[in-house]
Amino acid sequence: MKVSVVKNILAANDRIAQENRAIFDEKNLLVFNLMSSPGAGKTSLLEKTIDALKDQLKMGVIEGDIQSSQDAERIAQKGVPAVQINTGGACHLDGNMIRDTFREFDFDALDLLVVENVGNLVCPAEFKVGEDFKVMILSVTEGEDKPAKYPLMFHESKALLINKIDLLPYVDCSVERIREESLKVNPDLVIFEVSCKTEEGLDAWYDWLKGELKAKS
Amino acid sequence: MHEMSIAQSLLDVIKEEMRKHNATVLKSALIHIGQLSAIVPESLSFCFEVMTSGTDLEGAKLNMEIIPLTGNCRKCGQTFEIKNYAFECPFCDGTDIETLSGQELSIVEMEVD
Repeated sequence: MKVSVVKNILAANDRIAQENRAIFDEKNLLVFNLMSSPGAGKTSLLEKTIDALKDQLKMGVIEGDIQSSQDAERIAQKGVPAVQINTGGACHLDGNMIRDTFREFDFDALDLLVVENVGNLVCPAEFKVGEDFKVMILSVTEGEDKPAKYPLMFHESKALLINKIDLLPYVDCSVERIREESLKVNPDLVIFEVSCKTEEGLDAWYDWLKGELKAKS
Repeated sequence: MHEMSIAQSLLDVIKEEMRKHNATVLKSALIHIGQLSAIVPESLSFCFEVMTSGTDLEGAKLNMEIIPLTGNCRKCGQTFEIKNYAFECPFCDGTDIETLSGQELSIVEMEVD
């Protein structure tokens, strides 16, 4: 017997993500899902962002890693509530894992929650967690061909930070080509060129983020 | 390698549908995978086989159809296939493109007894 179904395979996750989103919206909490390959600078970006904006907004962070709590410890040292999720092998965070962290936070005391996903340029883009939008980082050492090779993440993100531009003199990478290739996959992508080491370009990112916070509240 | 999670979700949907139809044997399932999705069909097929072996669903065949990425230009109204993931209209160079297909990850048909 043939049965016609037509059902989204990730419907269960999408539903949980939607429920998470409803909770965030009710608390007027802006949430973004931060994605990149391992070592592109996700935690460094958050450390800089916390330092720059700590007097202006209250931030919380969910750290996703396969193992270890090093990232949550780095964030907690900044005086920001941080919860570590260890996926124990899974290459991405999903809606359910995020929901399990809710009891650790006082959402009424927060303006912004950042979900730092597992370092991986592929899988995290496929799973919603309840975020308002996705932000990704590509570092110049990774190469300019990445938007064409990993289109989904570039397509799904609202903003792209091209990080480690202080290393440009030492690597064969054209920021202009990263821009072109990324905009082909996602013409609406907002792009920042930054260095979390020298802090070059980060002010534009902070201003944009503050604009997004204002738009949500 | 997130195909294991996808395979698990797929099996959850299949089992639920089988209960609804009082079916006990799964012969095959057809799924649609959008070209933009980050799924490797061979990996998904492998994970599906691993997860069904030794269960009631052992031997079920997973058929997969890749759905091409297509879009509609909001500027000139033309519909076209989006090639090389470039979201640009080949007719008017517009970049305001509505994605029509290519993001699917869905089960569309099952053969059961």
